[in-house]
Amino acid sequence: MTSSFPYLTVLVLVPSGAALVAALVPAYAKRLVQVVGWVGTFGSLGLACAVLAVFKSGTPGFQLVSTYRWIPTFGISWSLGVDGISLFLVLMTAVLFPIALAAGGGRSGDKSFVAWLLVLEAGCLGSFLSLDLLLFFLFFELTLVPVYFIIAGWGHERRGYAATKFFLYTLGASAFLLVGILSVVAIHAEQTGVTTFDVTKLAETHLSGTAAIVLFLAFTAAFAVKAPIFPFHTWSPDAYRESPATGAVVLAGVMAKLGTDGIIRFDLELFPHAVVVLAPLLLTLGVVGIIYGGVVAAIQRDLKRLIAYSSLAHIGFIVIGLFALTGEAVSGAVLQMVNHGIYTAALFLLVAMIYRRSGSFSTADLSGLQKKAPVLAALFTVTMLASIGVPGLNGFVGEFLILSGTFITHRWWAVVATAGVVVAAVYLLWAYQQVFHGKPTAALAGFKEITWREAAYMAPLVAAIVFLGVYPAPLLNRITPSVDQLVAHVEQVAHPVIPTPGQPTHVHVVVSASGGEGGAG
Amino acid sequence: MQAAFLIPLLPLAGFAVLAAFGRKLGNPLAGYFATFMVFASFVVTAIVFADLFQQVHRSYTQTWFTWLPADHLRVTAGVLVDPLSMTMAAFVTGVSTLIHLYSIGYMEHDEQFPKFFLYLNLFVSAMLFLVLASNFLETFLGWEGVGVCSYFLIAFWFDRPSAASAGKKAMIYNRIGDAGFLLAMFLIFEKTGSLEYQTVFSRLGHVGSGSLVAIALLLFLGACGKSAQIPLFPWLADAMEGPTPVSALIHAATMVTAGVYLMCRISPILHLAPEAAHVVAIVGAATAFLGATIACGQNDIKKILAYSTISQLGYMFLAAGVGAYVAAIFLMLTHAFYKALLFLGAGSVIHAMGDEQDTKTMGALARFMPITSITFLVAWLAIGGMPPLSGFWSKGDVLQNAWALSPALWAVGALTAILTAYYIGRGYMLVFAGKARWEEAGVPGDGRAHTASALARRAGGRRDAGPSNPNAPAETGHQGEGHGAPLSPHDPSWLMTLPLVVLAIASIFAGFINLPFHPQWVLLERWLSPVVGKVLLVPHFGVAASWAFAVADAVFAAVGVTLSVLLWRSAVSRPAIEPVFLQRAWFIDWTYDRLLARGSARLAEFTYEDVETKVVDGAVNGLAAFVRRSGQVLRRVQTGYVRNYALGLLAGLVVILAYVLSRAFA
Repeated sequence: MTSSFPYLTVLVLVPSGAALVAALVPAYAKRLVQVVGWVGTFGSLGLACAVLAVFKSGTPGFQLVSTYRWIPTFGISWSLGVDGISLFLVLMTAVLFPIALAAGGGRSGDKSFVAWLLVLEAGCLGSFLSLDLLLFFLFFELTLVPVYFIIAGWGHERRGYAATKFFLYTLGASAFLLVGILSVVAIHAEQTGVTTFDVTKLAETHLSGTAAIVLFLAFTAAFAVKAPIFPFHTWSPDAYRESPATGAVVLAGVMAKLGTDGIIRFDLELFPHAVVVLAPLLLTLGVVGIIYGGVVAAIQRDLKRLIAYSSLAHIGFIVIGLFALTGEAVSGAVLQMVNHGIYTAALFLLVAMIYRRSGSFSTADLSGLQKKAPVLAALFTVTMLASIGVPGLNGFVGEFLILSGTFITHRWWAVVATAGVVVAAVYLLWAYQQVFHGKPTAALAGFKEITWREAAYMAPLVAAIVFLGVYPAPLLNRITPSVDQLVAHVEQVAHPVIPTPGQPTHVHVVVSASGGEGGAG
Repeated sequence: MQAAFLIPLLPLAGFAVLAAFGRKLGNPLAGYFATFMVFASFVVTAIVFADLFQQVHRSYTQTWFTWLPADHLRVTAGVLVDPLSMTMAAFVTGVSTLIHLYSIGYMEHDEQFPKFFLYLNLFVSAMLFLVLASNFLETFLGWEGVGVCSYFLIAFWFDRPSAASAGKKAMIYNRIGDAGFLLAMFLIFEKTGSLEYQTVFSRLGHVGSGSLVAIALLLFLGACGKSAQIPLFPWLADAMEGPTPVSALIHAATMVTAGVYLMCRISPILHLAPEAAHVVAIVGAATAFLGATIACGQNDIKKILAYSTISQLGYMFLAAGVGAYVAAIFLMLTHAFYKALLFLGAGSVIHAMGDEQDTKTMGALARFMPITSITFLVAWLAIGGMPPLSGFWSKGDVLQNAWALSPALWAVGALTAILTAYYIGRGYMLVFAGKARWEEAGVPGDGRAHTASALARRAGGRRDAGPSNPNAPAETGHQGEGHGAPLSPHDPSWLMTLPLVVLAIASIFAGFINLPFHPQWVLLERWLSPVVGKVLLVPHFGVAASWAFAVADAVFAAVGVTLSVLLWRSAVSRPAIEPVFLQRAWFIDWTYDRLLARGSARLAEFTYEDVETKVVDGAVNGLAAFVRRSGQVLRRVQTGYVRNYALGLLAGLVVILAYVLSRAFA
């Protein structure tokens, strides 16, 4: 089903090409560098919108597949495709990159900055779209390099440490992924005599229980670090904290989703048995991440680190949704990937605005900003409430679907995760009170209200936060068919017990209830 | 009626307009605009109400769109029009309109005037979504919405740390309850496959009794958070940090009544889960008593009213728990009138006293503020249950039904009734009777009353009642003549007295919508019973028994009123009946603070400083150190600079990708 126009190939090539041009332009031509940056990012955005327009809603399989054979001996191909799961991740990526570039301010004329950012965009888009495991791996690894240079080149005080830690940690985990990929391909070749890196074909590989679990762990190691999932997260507070705003937006908004997308795309597709067997482990890590991230966030005095830990908690929700294996939970997790990208990006942008004006990320230095900048405060409030999960804003819909879906198959994990909803309110409201309530200190006397330029790149994010909270149906109508197909695949191969809501199950769980004694008179 | 959808959307549109143009509209236009939007919503409600009244089948749903379509879960957005939702909508919009009007006068000198009305409109809209929702999730949307709005409004004067903390506290207590609501919805969805009220109620037969009890109790936990019941009540007293009209809105028309509404809405579930219903009744009775005792020991006029609300809400839960849903709604309605009246009257008093809230420093105001004094008196007698005022009928209804389930519950309710008439009377006497203690310039009635908080207030730390900006006494206009200057209290302008008079009239006559003497006269019961059923758990009493209850209720009211007049007509302090444990609200908030707030802070500290830094991240850094040390041999080969690795990786990837592309397109 190759489409006439190779939308997806062009979508990946536009930022790559722009990156190349940016690298070749002389450094003093700042204006030209800016133009290249905008053309690259907005070109991708235009193409992503075209993909959305062409995409057929209600169809589960991959669409707009664009495949070019290469090295038939090894069965490797340049193969890209989009389905309901990747569609909105791609769109979110295409939306966030121009915003991240705008948030870079004067750096949008710095050619190496722009070039690295465009390389990163190509890498992220390629990872979401790859249907070939080797191609995926190349894109997945490609993203490390620009992030390293963006943190190390334009970051805050401890940028060297943070960049190195990020690079080595994720690179180390990727080694497992490479070994895992080669092993799956080898096993498949042994069984069928065909060497291929095509994910859909590899999904038919018969894996023994142990082999499946070992390979699952190898794949998941890389994804768990990237997401990050507790306890593989400690690179992220440092990396987010020391990144420039652009880097933090892309890291938390887009790159974290490479990990969770990897889980849904490869773990669920290739290792259904292992997923069912190890689901309790991953669910536990997810739930621990929710509570642990929330508790640790509550004691952070640095706004960026606070958001980093809150992000750990929110990724925890995505993880439990993916491993709960009900249609509601997995769809909710996919939706939450998009929503989390939007509100976390918005939070990092707002914190960067505060930093630009006050020179501090510390709650100790900030107070009374609502008096100085009510519009900035209002935007922060909306974003914060989305992150807390207030219904009517986008953070709620994904979380609710995840929890209600998880409750059906893994009740007690969902119960503990629900407590995380309370914790999220505690640390974010605390931070808001420190920074925006009270009276502004003398040092903040000159604190300026949000500028038109800043408002311009915040507006699409806040609009999305409200729109997706009220009317997520267009997304869900496209996500659900693909998710249902994937869940059906897992059910068919591994036969997990997934009760249907509203249907009496064989296992009767009776919730004991206290009370009632002494009431009758 | 097609117009029903406008009811919640009109105030929401008001919010949107004020968010965009509020500062342009300015003061007082933004206030009038917001008031108009709520009033328009009230008019639409009245039209829809009248239309529904003429229908034979009094329940229909208007669906707008599918909110959450995911697999088996389909949640719609729309409105459910039935007698219960329309009764709620009518009194929410009606009382809110009056509070909006009053606020135009009350907030007239506040620099954030437009923002105040923006929040008020959003608040009313959220409450209307809550009561008009056709499914649990949409109710939850309004449920969280009023929580968020209360956070905004309680922390409205955000430069005051106590207000900011109180707002946060309200939101967090609400979130704890909301977790219960969420879990209930998960269980409902799992058991019935739906969240729409009609569908869920039609499938209850397939749900096990254990699950039903669990669902009811989890929803009740949510109601405890929203309606400030044991154990989640402390936030409501702190919520007094908000401007006084906000207190009136929270306590009378919106927010706290949501929990009672929810219990009535889920009456089919409570009916099938009597154990849970009994828990509701017991917790309600206990809260009613606890709130009333605390109110007896408070000096701050708004705190007296806050604990009074907690107590009155307890009555409503008691009624819902014994299956007397009509009595619960009846009390909610009448309470909305007299409690709004009490708060708005308190606001007038606070204004007149130049931001003073301590009743011990007031006195003799009846002479100076006749309208406020008389309307406050009406509210006192109404809440106290004096016949034939509204509270007599509604509270009597609750007590009679409580007896039917258990005389013990009735006894607690009866004792609380005496206390109610007494503590409001005490407040009335301290404020309006006795000597004018505020005339003794700067020195309140006695030493004890001059508390630290009053001192702080006088120092300009508090800003309730916008007009009295201590830095600019010239601006204070017709009231609140600054601090230090002699006060000349008087009734406020018509904007503020008109709502008082309207509410006073309602407080007197609202009881007549449900008179027990004749089956034709119980209008409210006839109207609501298709939704909540007849009184479910208890039988009706005969005429003689009803008269006996009525006489008893009148006696309780008379005892409470007489006690308060005798004890407080001239006295200012009676330490024996104002013990410390009542002033400090049985030390419950203090205990929570010690155990939970500090405990969790310790836990967070330990988790971060020990677990995260030393163990989780320590392992990573330890591994890195280990690798570095064991890699001594390779040192000459490796440069040790990650930068070079990164560039090497990039070079390798570029070569591979270039190769891929060249082969792919060849």
